[in-house]
Amino acid sequence: MAKRNMSPEKVEMPTQDPLVRARNFKEVAHGYTEEMAREEALRCLQCKHKPCMEGCPVNVQIPDFIQLINEGDYIAANQKILETNVLPAVCGRVCPQETQCEELCVRGIKGEPVGIGRLERFVADYFREHSEPAPHDYEKNGRKVAVVGSGPAGLSCAGDLARMGYDVTIFESLPEGGGVLVYGIPEFRLPNDIVKNEINQLSLDGVKLETNTIVGRSITVDELFDEFGFEAVFIGSGAGLPVFLNIPGENSVGVYSANEYLTRSNLMRAYDARYDTPIRQSKCVAVVGGGNVAMDSARTALRLGAEKVYIVYRRSFDEMPARTEEVHHAQEEGVIFNNLTNPTAILHDERGEVVGMTCIRMELGEPDASGRRRPIPVEGSEFTLEVDTVVIAVGTNPNPLIKSTTEGLDVTEWGGIIADEKGATSREGIFAGGDAVTGAATVISAAGAGKVAAAAIDEYLKNKNN
Amino acid sequence: MYKIARKQVLNDNVTRMSIVAPLVASKGKPGQFIIFRVDEFGERIPLTIAGTNKEDGTVDIIFQTVGKATRMLSQKEEGEEILDFVGPLGKPSELEGAKRACVIGGGVGTAIAYPSAVALHEQGTKVDVIVGFRNKDIVILEEDFGKVADNLYMMTDDGSYGEHGFVTKKLEDLLEAGEEYDLVIAIGPVPMMKAVVDLTRPKGIRTLVSLNPIMVDGTGMCGGCRVLIGGKSKFACVDGPEFDGFEVDFEDLTRRNRSYVDEEKARDHACRMELAALELSSKKAE
Ligand SMILES: Cc1cc2nc3c(=O)[nH]c(=O)nc-3n(C[C@H](O)[C@H](O)[C@H](O)COP(=O)(O)OP(=O)(O)OC[C@H]3O[C@@H](n4cnc5c(N)ncnc54)[C@H](O)[C@@H]3O)c2cc1C
Ligand SMILES: Cc1cc2nc3c(=O)[nH]c(=O)nc-3n(C[C@H](O)[C@H](O)[C@H](O)COP(=O)(O)OP(=O)(O)OC[C@H]3O[C@@H](n4cnc5c(N)ncnc54)[C@H](O)[C@@H]3O)c2cc1C
Ligand code: SF4
Ligand code: SF4
Ligand code: FES
Repeated sequence: MAKRNMSPEKVEMPTQDPLVRARNFKEVAHGYTEEMAREEALRCLQCKHKPCMEGCPVNVQIPDFIQLINEGDYIAANQKILETNVLPAVCGRVCPQETQCEELCVRGIKGEPVGIGRLERFVADYFREHSEPAPHDYEKNGRKVAVVGSGPAGLSCAGDLARMGYDVTIFESLPEGGGVLVYGIPEFRLPNDIVKNEINQLSLDGVKLETNTIVGRSITVDELFDEFGFEAVFIGSGAGLPVFLNIPGENSVGVYSANEYLTRSNLMRAYDARYDTPIRQSKCVAVVGGGNVAMDSARTALRLGAEKVYIVYRRSFDEMPARTEEVHHAQEEGVIFNNLTNPTAILHDERGEVVGMTCIRMELGEPDASGRRRPIPVEGSEFTLEVDTVVIAVGTNPNPLIKSTTEGLDVTEWGGIIADEKGATSREGIFAGGDAVTGAATVISAAGAGKVAAAAIDEYLKNKNN
Repeated sequence: MYKIARKQVLNDNVTRMSIVAPLVASKGKPGQFIIFRVDEFGERIPLTIAGTNKEDGTVDIIFQTVGKATRMLSQKEEGEEILDFVGPLGKPSELEGAKRACVIGGGVGTAIAYPSAVALHEQGTKVDVIVGFRNKDIVILEEDFGKVADNLYMMTDDGSYGEHGFVTKKLEDLLEAGEEYDLVIAIGPVPMMKAVVDLTRPKGIRTLVSLNPIMVDGTGMCGGCRVLIGGKSKFACVDGPEFDGFEVDFEDLTRRNRSYVDEEKARDHACRMELAALELSSKKAE
């Protein structure tokens, strides 16, 4: 075996030049070549106690798959990851590795951790580029399970159930499958073709995807059981209801929720002239929030042609929930950060069009319930940002549609479906997972919840049979 | 894909279609709507469910050609298919308990009001219908309304058909003549709905209006359809599209609906603009 690589830094992943990429929708990072991946894999110490695995919500067998890269068997490495994570090409790109697997990597004590995400991405991309999608011939058991929502939770649940032989149908309200992966996360971070490829594999494996079908409107959960013969239902409907700030002027023309802004751009391809989707031609944009959603909105605004894009976030860089890499990329691309700043009102002209946003500076006080230091307004520090567009990215809650049309389904006061650690809800035969249960979280935790629920559904149906 | 089972041209600008969509047909109620998209590149456009036919699983829509998406749809023929047709969306109209109702439609709002008139009639409510059009050439649905209305009043802005004047004039006359309604439904251009509310508010007659803000998903996901109702922000696609007319902030609505006027115009008149640009550049060259 080649010599271990003791460099304190990760092998760099090539990216598009920041000023070029800030004006196009192509993927920012190119991914490792085979040589780079081999070199980075040699940084892994193959620790016996595998600390990194503890940080991964689905326990990807990290040293094992990296060892397979060392051996040059990328296809086997991919299979190894797939044992616990059905979406490696996605997770390799978007997991917050710095707070998960890579945070616990021993190489991170002195220098940078092993680039676990980058390696995962390489392996999955290699597999996709070097194999033809083909159906797995799973033995069918003829029993029907319905999955609501085609985000990572729904996809992973459906994939596992299909593997166990169930006849699975996914119901999705949007015209395309993928959930946030296609309507929220932009093309420059996660190309839609990667998600399409995953869905394609599922359909080869016999999973049916019914798009344009809104559970709670086109069809109810009870009808899925009573009229369509499904024996169990998994709800992975996400947390898609946007939260607004409730400040004056928020209904002005040119104020978007991040969901609307990103949906118009991603799912409905407003940036592509062949599509009829209208989107504002902005010069100066303020994005309110500090998470991935805010970074994606700000970087999308640049790519749609805005000259100045501000992030307005009420805490500091340290508290920012976005992936570190996205914050860096946004800075490199020229997004201007107004941290410790809170919007107080949106100003509009006589036609109702946004002309500015007044803000107040904040300072950090004592930690609050979330453990983050609470921002407090600094008196007399008001100022106005001159902007023509405001994008609100301060969070989302689960949509009440399914709850309000499914009797006996218990939810929390903010609308999250109540489910136990296996995904079982207050109603027999109904399981739930992902953002619909936890509120806005991560791709891998949603995918993990889908997987756990698939096992629980299998157990439930086997017992019910007897 | 969703097949067009029937198509009927009602006037130069308004078309009625029946689309095969069994799930929507089995569920759709008056007041609810669908969102369609003709093809991958098209916009997502909301249209009211004008009727459902449970036997053949079709849903009726009646729409006016105003821009690109509705024009593309109007150019589709029987037997052809469109890409998306999702619904039913929104809340059904709350019509229970009404004894005597007046349904008022202006322009294409006439089509949106039609299913409510039918439902009222079917539940035994006495229904007067006032519909208004700019002129004789664009009158639609007269026969259909005739079947469900106890009294049908046809109005035209120029007097070329029916009575001369706006629908609100007729309503004013009827109220003055002592007609007593316990429900008024007004659907049409924003100024018309506002004018109706101005008449019914002093008399305290429950008034429903149907709002048509710009929509994207129709399920509560984008917030683009938010409207001010009683001072609170609501999503028209899930909390509406029908609201208590007394609570609606009509100014806010008018403003927000203008969001894409420039873009839409630019797109629809792209050819003309190109020509104009050519002209301009040739002038400059001179
Ligand atoms: C812009 C953005 C960027 C993000 N970036 C990251 C990141 O970098 N890393 C990360 O780990 N996480 C990120 N996240 C969070 C992550 O995407 C979500 O946590 C994850 O997608 C949740 O998965 P899910 O399957 O629970 O729900 P979703 O992905 O939300 O999917 C739910 C699906 O259900 C459908 N649905 C909802 N209601 C119904 C209904 N009634 N009937 C039928 N279908 C319905 C929806 O249309 C949707 O397709 C980001 C989120 C956003 C919005
Ligand atoms: C809940 C709901 C139900 C509706 N039901 C019907 C119906 O049954 N029949 C019918 O003919 N129309 C109905 N409409 C209106 C219809 O959706 C618009 O006419 C349509 O969006 C126009 O699309 P377009 O691409 O053809 O025109 P565009 O090119 O998009 O627009 C042309 C012009 O219309 C304006 N416009 C765009 N979208 C809207 C909108 N949502 N509301 C008002 N003005 C808009 C634009 O600013 C522009 O000036 C309904 C709207 C809503 C929200
Ligand atoms: S799934 Fe995410 S957290 Fe787990 S190993 Fe892969 S990148 Fe790390
Ligand atoms: S902790 Fe780091 S070095 Fe150790 S096995 Fe995991 S990835 Fe390799
Ligand atoms: S249309 Fe998106 S929330 Fe109403």
